[in-house]
Amino acid sequence: MRFRDTQIEMAHGAGGKASRRLVEGLFAPLLFPSSEEPLGDAAHFQLGSSSLAMTTDAFVVKPLSFPGGCIGELAVNGTVNDLAVSGARAETMVCTFILEAGLASNVLEAQVQAMADAARKAGVRIVAGDTKVVEHGKADGMYITTTGVGRLIPDLFLSARSVRAGDKVLLSGPIGDHGITILLARGELDLEANLTSDTRSVLPLVEALVKQAGPGVRWMRDPTRGGTATSLNELARDCGLGIALFEDQIPVRDSVRGACELLGLDPLHIANEGQFLAVVASEYAESALNALHATPGGEEARLIGEVRAAPAGTVLETTRYGGSRIVDMLVGDPLPRIC
Amino acid sequence: MRFVDEFRDPDVITRTCSEIRRLADPKRHYRIMEVCGGHTHAIYRFGLKDVLPENIELIHGPGCPVCVLPMGRIDDGLSIAQDPNVIFAAFGDMMRVPGTQGSPLEHKARGMDVRIVYSPADALKIAKANPDKHVMFFAIGFETTAPSTALTLIRAKNDGIHNFSVFCNHVTIIPAIRAILDSPDMRLDAFIGPGHVSTVIGCRPYEWIASVENKPIVVSGFEPLDMLQSIVMLLRQLKAGHSKVENQYKRVVPWEGNRSALKAMAEAFQLRPYFEWRGLGFISQSALRVRDEYAEWDSERRFDVPGVRVTDPRAAQCGEVLKGVLKPHQCKLFGHECTPEHPIGALMVSSEGSCAAYFNYEHRKTAMVTLRPTA
Repeated sequence: MRFRDTQIEMAHGAGGKASRRLVEGLFAPLLFPSSEEPLGDAAHFQLGSSSLAMTTDAFVVKPLSFPGGCIGELAVNGTVNDLAVSGARAETMVCTFILEAGLASNVLEAQVQAMADAARKAGVRIVAGDTKVVEHGKADGMYITTTGVGRLIPDLFLSARSVRAGDKVLLSGPIGDHGITILLARGELDLEANLTSDTRSVLPLVEALVKQAGPGVRWMRDPTRGGTATSLNELARDCGLGIALFEDQIPVRDSVRGACELLGLDPLHIANEGQFLAVVASEYAESALNALHATPGGEEARLIGEVRAAPAGTVLETTRYGGSRIVDMLVGDPLPRIC
Repeated sequence: MRFVDEFRDPDVITRTCSEIRRLADPKRHYRIMEVCGGHTHAIYRFGLKDVLPENIELIHGPGCPVCVLPMGRIDDGLSIAQDPNVIFAAFGDMMRVPGTQGSPLEHKARGMDVRIVYSPADALKIAKANPDKHVMFFAIGFETTAPSTALTLIRAKNDGIHNFSVFCNHVTIIPAIRAILDSPDMRLDAFIGPGHVSTVIGCRPYEWIASVENKPIVVSGFEPLDMLQSIVMLLRQLKAGHSKVENQYKRVVPWEGNRSALKAMAEAFQLRPYFEWRGLGFISQSALRVRDEYAEWDSERRFDVPGVRVTDPRAAQCGEVLKGVLKPHQCKLFGHECTPEHPIGALMVSSEGSCAAYFNYEHRKTAMVTLRPTA
């Protein structure tokens, strides 16, 4: 599938279908034509006797600080989480700052301090970096890129291809908090909610899960841009099976639900920064869920669905009263529905 | 969550569905049109078709504002905003609707100043904040959104804000229903009446549907239980041989409508002699324009508008789908050339459009084999 879009649009960065088209139709064939594995969040490789994982992520968010977090914290946690769901503990990180001329120094300092705090909390060392300054009006204050290297957790084999019909889908906690917090923090809507971003390192939860159910864990992903729906659609496509979701089991806070109802958005399409999805063999599902429940921050974890043979490549949600609907990937940015 | 959960209660829904099965005559086929795009969206989102008996067929009506907007209007609006001094403001609903040279979002990617607003008052705020620019609000919607546009026009005039105008595409629901009923290829048994429109116009304007056309109509809310209850009310009428206007959505819709909203509309708008609807053609007295007293705030009078008419791609059968003659998947382009990512017709764009709703929530449940893989 060649990339045929004539220009880059915001949708290509929104994590949905257009993003996938760009990566699979342009980046992948030109940059890593020999890759056979489905595209993951991180690459695994061997260096001497060490099994390592590496990932990179760029952070652009407006406003820079929001209830529950800020870009500096996201920049560390995002990369730690990408490594965690690929089965690795982040160890070292390098970062790039793109700063806009005119950015107040105290704003920058606060963000860098937040990075330092998040790195300490996650047990990762930031070891090198680069700085560029662009003209005023060009970078929303600042952008941050972080690249992380982590050590693979032993005896954990994660791949969409190892997912089997009958496996269970676990979710670490309520969805949509981050995306809705950002939407409201932009101040363009006259809506207020008592809501904070869920940004955090998911590594402690991943480690607890692996400790209890390691051999049964088949696949993990942190549902950031594009939301839970997009991550699960990617899984459905990569494993060639169907994902059945149970609407009444998916944890969504009332404030997120309320905002979504008002704006015509689907919580399954809203970004998260501190949750992850895991597919676990059914015989391990209960111990996996118990492990999450017993770990601080995992109390609201739920079993939200299961893998089925059909309909292949599709995510299907069963509604509370027995109806069903297709849950598709996000197309472009989520746009509120008014009229 | 209040006002939501009680209308999605599984037990009550199950009981209502049994009532529907009890009322529906198994020997009869029921064709019920939901006029409003919000209802179409709800039907698919909540999987309502799965819980209804097979002999109740829901037909999607014309009540999706971006779907009925002809492409020429989008081109006209975008042509005004080619001027770098003009800011194009519209609801998110409008942003992916294709014009001949692409959607507003695609124009934005090429440098046009396009802003998503949540209300016309926000567009006026942008005008106040950018006195050296002109802000054009591309207004769409039925009577649901027209009052807020009217109030914004009134405020712009009162506050003396001169760098603001409205490109008015507001349409009215009654002539569209009339056009559907006049269409010879359309056989309908009853209507689920639009909920939000009726908060403004009330229930009286539908009386002719019951008294002259002898079709029952129930104005309905948008939650699963609202819609199922409305179907119960329609089946009761059909069983008894009645045709009445009933109001299921009493918690929101007053029988007489909203007088202040109607007054604002009358102050700022007048009826157009005729207006082109995608799929339905020209319908007389079916749309609103900015009243002469507000001409200074009317984009169409303030700027040169090409007034282009663009015919839909010939293979696209948006008109038939809009009228309910064809189901979305029966259109030749559905799911192949026309998808939510590459929409050819607006019905595939708006999440209220029946094609997009069908594509997103439904079609692969039944058509997995023929439509996979599309990539």
